[in-house]
Amino acid sequence: MKLILALFLALMAVPVAAQTALPPAPWADRQIPDAAQERKAKALMETIRCLTCQSQSIADSGASMAGDMRSEIRERIMQGEQPEAIRSWLISRYGDWVSYEPTAAPILWPLWAAPLLLLGLGLLLLRGRIRRKGQK
Amino acid sequence: MRKLLIWAPLVLFLAFVGLFASGLFQPDDRVIHSRLVGQSLPAFTLPAAASDRPALASTQLATGKPRLLNIFASWCVPCAAEAPQLMALKQAGVDIDAIAIRDARPDVDAFLRRNGNPYARIGLDARSGVQMALGSSGVPETFIIDGKGRIAYQHIGDIRADDVPMILDRLKDAS
Repeated sequence: MKLILALFLALMAVPVAAQTALPPAPWADRQIPDAAQERKAKALMETIRCLTCQSQSIADSGASMAGDMRSEIRERIMQGEQPEAIRSWLISRYGDWVSYEPTAAPILWPLWAAPLLLLGLGLLLLRGRIRRKGQK
Repeated sequence: MRKLLIWAPLVLFLAFVGLFASGLFQPDDRVIHSRLVGQSLPAFTLPAAASDRPALASTQLATGKPRLLNIFASWCVPCAAEAPQLMALKQAGVDIDAIAIRDARPDVDAFLRRNGNPYARIGLDARSGVQMALGSSGVPETFIIDGKGRIAYQHIGDIRADDVPMILDRLKDAS
């Protein structure tokens, strides 16, 4: 019985052995011991886009490349690199696309101006209302 | 003025419908091109990925003659599909080096035994660090490196049989 069981287990083990058993990068799913550094790394990871699962951040994605990117970011933060320097390094490779944080590029000026425009429009409407009330 | 203003919401609504419709019907391009095309290769040194091929450093790619740098992995199915095309390019006299992503030596050896080995050197990028430095977002990808070590072209996805003449042309242009 034991022999049969051993044989059975040995046969079952074959498909497992046929796969790459490469462990995830060391800092992919492990927090930096220093809490302040981990906060910085986490904040950056939440605004970096995953290249494999393109609508997720690398903080959310389970893709192996996202794990490698998380590890890379944590290692660089531990070496004292600033999060924005890491972001611009990534942008210089993958373009603005890789970052969820809007930049100051001219194409985004309407985005930055929108709150001011909407506020101005609101004030204008408000003024009209108040004037009308005053006339009554 | 007031009469015209009444139409504003409808106009705005139609503008949004138009925007969304154009987004819906436009073909989706999810390919992320490296920003380093046209610039020099970032410096790197990688250990050997296979038992019978030497390791790879970026300095070995600026040899005065354009060459291919193939990004592959033993666990990647399209990489096996492009192997015959790489072999054909090698037979046409092209020098091909490679970087194996997130791989292990026994797996790379088995992959090369199965699919043939067109590579002169193979570096192992166990944690995708060099892949990130290259601005590459997946496997397989193939870079054309000109004689001075500059990235002349990035081919994303597997090289199909009908891509081979284009790759040969671009290699000629890069020299």
